[in-house]
Amino acid sequence: MSIEIKLKKGLDLHLAGAVADPKAAPVKCQSDTVAVTPDDFTGIVPKTEVHEGDKVLAGQPLLRSKMCESLKIVSPAAGTVTAVVRGERRKIERIVVKVDPTGEALRHNTKDALKGRDQARDLLLASGLWAFTRQRPYDIVTLPEAEIRDIFVVGFDTAPLAVSDDSFTPDALEAGVKLLALLTDGKVYVSRRQGSSLPDIKGAEMVDVKGPHPAGTAGPLIAAIRPVNKGETVMTLSIETLERIGRLVLTGVVPMTTTVAVTGSEVTEPHTASCLIGSEIKPLLQVCIDDDHRHHRIISGNVLTGVKVGIDGYLQFPYTQITVIPEGDDVDEFMGWASLSPKKMSQSMSFPSHLFGRHRNFSPDARLLGGRRAMIMSGEYDKVFPMDILPEYLIKAIIAKDIDRMEQLGIYEVAPEDFALAEYVDTSKLELQKIVRQGLDYLRKELS
Amino acid sequence: MKALKKLMDKARPAFEPGGKLHAFRSVYDGMDTFLFTPRETSKSGVHIHDSMDSKRTMIIVVLALMPCLFFGMYNCGYQHWLACGATEFPFWELLLYGFLAILPAIVVSYVVGLGIEFCVAQWRGEEIQEGFLVTGMLIPMICPIETPLWMIAVATAFSVIFVKEVFGGTGYNIFNVALVTRAFLFFSYPSKMSGDNVFISHDSILGLGGMAPDGFSGATPLGQVAVSGADSAQGVAQAMTDVAGNPIDLWHMFLGLIPGSFAETSTLCILIGAAILLFTRIASWRIVLSVFAGGAVMALIAHCFATPTYPASFLSVGDQLCLGGFAFAAVFMAPDPVTSCRTNVGKYIYGFLVGVVAILIRTYNNGYPEGAMLAVLLMNALAPLIDYCVVEANVRRRMRRVAAKQ
Repeated sequence: MSIEIKLKKGLDLHLAGAVADPKAAPVKCQSDTVAVTPDDFTGIVPKTEVHEGDKVLAGQPLLRSKMCESLKIVSPAAGTVTAVVRGERRKIERIVVKVDPTGEALRHNTKDALKGRDQARDLLLASGLWAFTRQRPYDIVTLPEAEIRDIFVVGFDTAPLAVSDDSFTPDALEAGVKLLALLTDGKVYVSRRQGSSLPDIKGAEMVDVKGPHPAGTAGPLIAAIRPVNKGETVMTLSIETLERIGRLVLTGVVPMTTTVAVTGSEVTEPHTASCLIGSEIKPLLQVCIDDDHRHHRIISGNVLTGVKVGIDGYLQFPYTQITVIPEGDDVDEFMGWASLSPKKMSQSMSFPSHLFGRHRNFSPDARLLGGRRAMIMSGEYDKVFPMDILPEYLIKAIIAKDIDRMEQLGIYEVAPEDFALAEYVDTSKLELQKIVRQGLDYLRKELS
Repeated sequence: MKALKKLMDKARPAFEPGGKLHAFRSVYDGMDTFLFTPRETSKSGVHIHDSMDSKRTMIIVVLALMPCLFFGMYNCGYQHWLACGATEFPFWELLLYGFLAILPAIVVSYVVGLGIEFCVAQWRGEEIQEGFLVTGMLIPMICPIETPLWMIAVATAFSVIFVKEVFGGTGYNIFNVALVTRAFLFFSYPSKMSGDNVFISHDSILGLGGMAPDGFSGATPLGQVAVSGADSAQGVAQAMTDVAGNPIDLWHMFLGLIPGSFAETSTLCILIGAAILLFTRIASWRIVLSVFAGGAVMALIAHCFATPTYPASFLSVGDQLCLGGFAFAAVFMAPDPVTSCRTNVGKYIYGFLVGVVAILIRTYNNGYPEGAMLAVLLMNALAPLIDYCVVEANVRRRMRRVAAKQ
């Protein structure tokens, strides 16, 4: 028995630069160094566990949370810590580890892990995989002391140009679910695209989802099954993390490799690559960026929720995609607002692309394409927001810092990523994800 | 284009802080962003944005107004020729006459309104906003052609400052700026905004047209009905005549060759505008549809219970929807996204009530033959209340869920 969800609202963006053959074997990619970026793990105030020059094993903690000592972020590779990069006010920006290909991985004792909730949690915390999970409310790394109502595993990715892998080892998934089930009195839900080859996983409630993006994110899944109420906590994680958990349980070692989709209109041959998590961007993009002297924007992640990184940057969590698009700050467009070009990507019927180019792939750049305004048009966000929430009103409550109103309008149910599509279609070009992030942080600060 | 870009880039330093022309920064910014899409790229959140922006939104509304504007020009000439007793109606002369008659009003409205907008943008250190592009075009279009220019200037200044800027500018106003301008004129200078003599241009312009004779009646059909004292549908039909005394039927009302505020007479042209706005999804179909539905329902009720006390109640549903500013308000005023309801359910209620109230006022108030303006303004004031109720329903659902858990 599985649950079926059909999303009507949402939007699939057709971008150029998709991986032609997602089933092809990924290209192996070596990176000299790997890095851990604490900012990826929202909610953790990091403290270093290592110093420059220290030798570490793969899976050995590099950072721990100041608030909760047992919550660790671990090294993706064995090697030597070469840099602890700090920014303003000594904030840790990144820890870089020089990879030693012959180095070993930290082995965990998983014998007792399935014996009880505490043991299961301790294993996840010690292995660093706990940091790969998120909780709602607040969209932060799950608090170890939280009482978890349900766990939602997102089984596929519908983000623009993302590649959804469904070749997971069933044993590992089953073992992962077994461990997760210990953490909650509720259920473990695993979503899958309707028609995907992912089999039912023992112990988990399978959820078949149909519809456009954001079908492959946690927000609509939770909203459709059991929305988060005040005082409740749910955990969300991706199926990649679930498989890692399963492999950890089965073998005692956390697998640190990942498959990355290298995509975007500026990539000559979009492909998938296999590398260590936290790898350097450079080897992944070698020989595959268009050399046309235009400015490029390299994004770790997808165009909606990813992080801008430089060519010297590193792959950042959730480690499954790189997108390269034109930056656009070197383009002079005469009266762009009046354009009738079929190359302009828009949801508005006033652009010819909407009439004639429904199935063409667009190569948008990173420009805002308009000035920032107050919220003028109404109902824009609703069309791409498949949850029983009034996004305009919630955003206004957040801007007004009205905590009661935020609670009433459902702030506990949302994460910034839920607003990504709304931010894309917004004609007023408001920074919705930033607003929601600030709102969540404000709420957490005020209520703690 | 490169030369123009170079010119703009060369001029930029003078407008930056410390530059000689810094006091005109908002004007420069306005020009620059109008001519060239800003190079600013996304700094947080999504990396790509939809190509639609508020400039394009506003310009499309202005485009949608064009059929009404051109028809208004022609009709202005036509009514003038008719009042002068002409029997031939040379198309281009009529159009040119109308163009010359409306041009000063458009110029005044834009100069005053945009002038204030530029000053406020400069003062607040913000980018100039496009909202007034539409408002500035709407103002002359909904006023009688004989409105003195200084009145338009005063009313525009009042509305832009006290209805828009004091609330924070485009996107924050509670009332529709163009309609408040119209209401300000109506209540401050009633003799110039209604009656027999204001809807038809009297004088010749640059040698075009003639001098209209004194004493002709150029009242709008609704005005004629209100004072007719008719006690039957036939009586009402007879009361409605054009300037030359010929009867007006539904087809005339639909085409719009009748006296009225400059651009609101032609239902046909308004429907063309509506098609543009609905196709591009800039106007909410929920609102437009429900305004017409509300108007039709109320007109039907009034017609079924027609009474000689209120002659307008004898008008048929079609007459009611085609006459006066109803259709114009339904398409261009009621769906203003800033002042109407923002929730989908709210839009239906808001639109329906706009329609009902507009017909209610014009039918059951003989002293006030047009109700669309007041209906939209009234509903502007009530829109937040309607939205509040819809939002509360959403909140209650959530609260019930929490209560059920405990």
